[in-house]
Amino acid sequence: MKILVCISHVPDTTSKINFTNGDTEFDTNGVQFVINPNDEFGLTRAIWFQEQQGAHITVVNVGGPETEPTLRKALAIGANEAIRININPTDGFMVATALADVVKNGGYDLVIAGKESLDYNGGMVPGMLAGLLGYSFVNACIELTIDGNTAQVAREIDGGKERLTASLPLVVGGQKGLVEEKDLRIPNMRGIMTARTKTLTVLETTASGNSVSVKFEKPAAKSAVKLVAADQLDELINLLHNEAKVI
Amino acid sequence: MSILIYAESAPDASGGKFKKTAFELASYAKKVAESWGTTVTAVTINHNEIGELAEYGVDKVVCAQHADLNAFNAKNYADVLKQVAQKEQSKLVVLSSTTDSLYIAPLLSVGLQAGYASNVVALPLGNNPLQVKRTAFSNKAFVTTELKGDCNLISLAKNSFGLVLANGAAASEDFTPTLESSANSVRVTGVEQSSGQITIADADIVVSAGRGLKGPENWGMIEELASVLGAATACSKPVSDLGWRPHSEHVGQTGKPVATNLYIAIGISGAIQHIAGVNSSKVKVVINTDPEAPFFKVADYGVVGDAFEVIPQLIQKLKAFKAQ
Repeated sequence: MKILVCISHVPDTTSKINFTNGDTEFDTNGVQFVINPNDEFGLTRAIWFQEQQGAHITVVNVGGPETEPTLRKALAIGANEAIRININPTDGFMVATALADVVKNGGYDLVIAGKESLDYNGGMVPGMLAGLLGYSFVNACIELTIDGNTAQVAREIDGGKERLTASLPLVVGGQKGLVEEKDLRIPNMRGIMTARTKTLTVLETTASGNSVSVKFEKPAAKSAVKLVAADQLDELINLLHNEAKVI
Repeated sequence: MSILIYAESAPDASGGKFKKTAFELASYAKKVAESWGTTVTAVTINHNEIGELAEYGVDKVVCAQHADLNAFNAKNYADVLKQVAQKEQSKLVVLSSTTDSLYIAPLLSVGLQAGYASNVVALPLGNNPLQVKRTAFSNKAFVTTELKGDCNLISLAKNSFGLVLANGAAASEDFTPTLESSANSVRVTGVEQSSGQITIADADIVVSAGRGLKGPENWGMIEELASVLGAATACSKPVSDLGWRPHSEHVGQTGKPVATNLYIAIGISGAIQHIAGVNSSKVKVVINTDPEAPFFKVADYGVVGDAFEVIPQLIQKLKAFKAQ
């Protein structure tokens, strides 16, 4: 089984978000980048398939050379090889189009991409990729096992979960639940050493997008919290009813 | 040329009614249609009770009917919407941010070769080219996105526009879509859903509690408070990790996102990942013993106090308020 795990290179959750160049670009200055958390669940699930069913894992990122440390980390966690598609994408469609060529040429049985990345929160790449390839697609995937040419999958729905069967090749939009958080892998020293010598292929692409981010802004500063004394709860109800108008 | 919306309804097992988001989409699309000088067409799938849609500005309802659409299938549903959008020559398709619509949207955007923006929170900022405002960086920023398709698709963030009543009447027509057998490569085999409870996705109010509650045995008062308010219950990540509450209640960055009108956080200090997941809620109330809890910095209203004293009193006072 050949698995492709798509890795987004995103700012750590605790990063301060700032913009530069007249608020038209994200300011990466001083920002710590990590593997997108939704992708990390997918990568660890892929490692499970590698250990249990002998799967071969390729990790892929669409981005410039600055994303390579993130790919090396995925290799240190246990992926067999890495691909970087050398373009600074302007939108999710460009990412999906670039990935589609890699999937077609690589003959992957399973593609796992996080259901959304924590930078642009688009939630579009896995579905667009499946749509471009005509592959089976399950989004918000929280359970995944594979037997032969068929996957048993669960996806999160409002207030519960839905169980599905899907035939391979399959694209899943992954999230927490593919593995539990306590089972996420972190690189060990041996992994870090071997990652240095694993193959990282750089490919070029002619993919183009159909949307572009033109301006960023930060939310208006929030007014200070209105504190209500613990013995004045009538006042809280009054505020929620008459001022906020939410009850 | 009309603006197309997908009026999503609940499964028959849960009453089959339209979701509230369907009316929000209609209200939003009507406003855009007025400025574009066009009309709003809604698509329903195996659902014929269409009267309510006209009350929110829908001019025409296309009722797609097919036996194979009884079970949700993202590919089939996307194909239905694509076929209606092409028939209506729509330049803009608006979907909601429910789990199912977010599953359909990217497939539909590829099918229509449409530009796509999710988490849209306001009316278009410009029409030529189409510019929309959306949230990004886990609600820490807004971004203006320019969509370049001949047809474009947006997902409207929940509770970002609200409901606007309109006096109108809607024409309706039946539509039989052509479904592809390739959609059968994904099939639903079962659904596990708690019934009778308000889900976090549908709720207007969410009551959420954290480790400050000290143990699962103390959740009775949280459930009672939620029931008085008609709210859904939720919890912080440590609480779900400890197994005090089911994973489906975990809200935050790696859990469910919350975009309600009112979010009440009890005994939750406010880790940045938690706040990222709930920050798009309109009004946030924080109840915590620690006045230094970071959650107070992003809250609208706060009570510094012990949940075990505050919550029972709040329940009594809310009951009296509701009885008025």
